[in-house]
Amino acid sequence: MLEVKNLHSGVEGVEILKGVDLTVKPGEVHAIMGPNGSGKSTFAQVLAGHPAYEVTGGSVTFEGKDLVEMDADERARAGIFLAFQYPVAIRGITNAYFLQSALNAVRKDQGLEELDTLDFAELLEKKLEMIGWDDSLIHRAVNDGFSGGEKKRNEILQLAVLEPKLAILDETDSGLDIDAVKEVAAAVNRFRSEDRAFIVVTHYERILNYFTPDHVHVLAGGKVVMSGDMKLALELEAKGYDWIAGEAAAVAG
Amino acid sequence: MTRAGDPKSATERYVAAFESFAGNGASGAPGWLKTKRESAISRFAETGFPHSRLEAWRFTDVKPIAGEHFVLAAKPEVSAAIRQAADAQLLGGAERHAAVFLNGHFVPELSSLEGLPQGVKLGSLRAALESDAKLVEEHLTRYARDERNPLTALSTAFISDGGFAYIPDDVVLERPLQLLFLADPASGSNPMWHPRTLIVAGRGAGGSLVESYVALGDGTYWTNAVTEVVLGEHAKIDTYRVQRESVQAYHTATTESYQARGSVFKLVNFTFGAELSRQDINAVLDGEGADCTLDGLSMLEGRQHTDHHTTLEHAQPHCTSWEYFNGVFDDRARGVFTGRIIVRPGAQQTDSKQTNNNLLLSERARADSQPQLEIYADDVKCTHGATLGPIDDEHLFYLQSRGLSRQEARHLLTYGFGSEILEAVKLDRLKEQLDGMVRDRLSG
Ligand SMILES: Nc1ncnc2c1ncn2[C@@H]1O[C@H](COP(=O)(O)OP(=O)(O)OP(=O)(O)O)[C@@H](O)[C@H]1O
Ligand SMILES: [Mg+2]
Repeated sequence: MLEVKNLHSGVEGVEILKGVDLTVKPGEVHAIMGPNGSGKSTFAQVLAGHPAYEVTGGSVTFEGKDLVEMDADERARAGIFLAFQYPVAIRGITNAYFLQSALNAVRKDQGLEELDTLDFAELLEKKLEMIGWDDSLIHRAVNDGFSGGEKKRNEILQLAVLEPKLAILDETDSGLDIDAVKEVAAAVNRFRSEDRAFIVVTHYERILNYFTPDHVHVLAGGKVVMSGDMKLALELEAKGYDWIAGEAAAVAG
Repeated sequence: MTRAGDPKSATERYVAAFESFAGNGASGAPGWLKTKRESAISRFAETGFPHSRLEAWRFTDVKPIAGEHFVLAAKPEVSAAIRQAADAQLLGGAERHAAVFLNGHFVPELSSLEGLPQGVKLGSLRAALESDAKLVEEHLTRYARDERNPLTALSTAFISDGGFAYIPDDVVLERPLQLLFLADPASGSNPMWHPRTLIVAGRGAGGSLVESYVALGDGTYWTNAVTEVVLGEHAKIDTYRVQRESVQAYHTATTESYQARGSVFKLVNFTFGAELSRQDINAVLDGEGADCTLDGLSMLEGRQHTDHHTTLEHAQPHCTSWEYFNGVFDDRARGVFTGRIIVRPGAQQTDSKQTNNNLLLSERARADSQPQLEIYADDVKCTHGATLGPIDDEHLFYLQSRGLSRQEARHLLTYGFGSEILEAVKLDRLKEQLDGMVRDRLSG
């Protein structure tokens, strides 16, 4: 589904990603862990098509298409979704209106009929019911004055409405209390399917207990320095990242 | 020797125009009004048109207005097309309350004045000078003061007609009172009008008003409007003001409100039209516990210029004021916003918040925003903030990452600027109309 090969990327001549490799197959859940500043968000944003990051080497293909050549909106319509680490607030636009516009942009692209306000309200109600959330956020301006936790939940709601093929969650669990982590994880679980894949960027193994990843990768210094399974996540939780630097150095040396 | 466009000769022209105006049709006015007009034109003769050396007019040059040879408009014929246009503009059906003006003249056949609630008055100022002589004399020209703005003085000099509305004590309106000022530029060349409006709300009165300035076609003309709104104790009034003049026209205006104790005033102000517009909004909170909200949206394009010069004057303690102005400027359009807040000595516990956001949709669009706080009391809370700039790249990316094209994302973000102010409109039909105008302005 997603094939990342030797990806190099950075901003204004500063290289942040220094050769990332990653292969994601439909139905898989990949966790990406790694110390602060190691390039996790950059990787996520590059996959989503943030124009500030220039791809200077390597390749990224999604279902056979060359992602690097596509704008962010084309990628989204192709089925890529990024839950932002820091979602921005959009004043004056309600969540409902925003979601309706986004869904219709995707539907239009797929040759489907656009949903009117009533039809969309019905759909939204179903989605909320499905993830067991109320409608308190949907008539407020997008993320405007939302608490940290509300913003994260809002990202998941967008995921639920847009039903992407590949969802990238950038620290969706950070800043959430334990119940909220469970809730978010449960919502994500509901959307797991054979043909949908997840890349979950996180600092904590706790969320991984709720949707056990197929693969765990450690990103350090702009590279995937180690890959494994859930055991690796537990090891990191216990030992931190220092030992990895040693291992990676040992491998390199 | 004098040249066209020379301010001096322009002033002289207006003094001459006043003399023939005072000598002709305006002669039926009561003595007190004649006196006021006389002193207003003398004042204008002294000051002439405002010029950019005056602090309050630094960013707005009215030379184009002074240079044009405007003449007081005659009353045009009311064609079927005008009748239709008026009907399309007005809110509500047969049961509406509306006074309609054409090129400054009251047009009874376009107005709907039947069925007003007991004691409520709506109509033309000219008629009210007779029918409600005492009330008009008590209030007219008392709040919007000639010495504060030469164009207000000019308005006073040429007072002949405009809107009049009165809501008696304890009467709360169900339907809005509408004042519609239509401009028909096709009738006559370079016409001008100085519509003067007085709105009086009694103690405990409530309701909403819609004051619109709408062009029926494109052409050069000048509207110089002054509106005074007086709120009695505990009155609660919402006013919606919509300026949709021709993009070749000039619009200058003063909107002046005066509030007594415990009253609540809200103005939601929309500026879409005119090549050059300048609106002074002065709100005086002169009774304890008064609350005032000024919301505004400007959406301009081409070479349009607008200047909103607002003053909130807290004259008594425990008053609150909220000001929220958004501007969206495309092409080479320019917006100026001044937010003056005056807290008079003794006006303790004032709570005032001012926000001015400007979105620049093109590299050549421009906005100037200046807060001016003059605080003479110590126990007050005054905050202000202004933003200005193009659409934020991070916002664009966020929307694009959800599947919206760059263009759709830009439109949605721009619409958000308008929508924030539209939210303040509590009349559904008006909100729909304005929503349509905002959407029309979304460009590529
Ligand atoms: N737009 C940018 N401009 C300049 N530097 C950037 C930009 N984006 C990322 N960086 C830098 O690249 C490095 C990686 O940042 P990134 O946000 O990807 O880290 P991260 O792994 O997500 O960290 P965290 O765990 O704290 O979220 C950091 O040093 C950061 O300052
Ligand atoms: Mg990060």
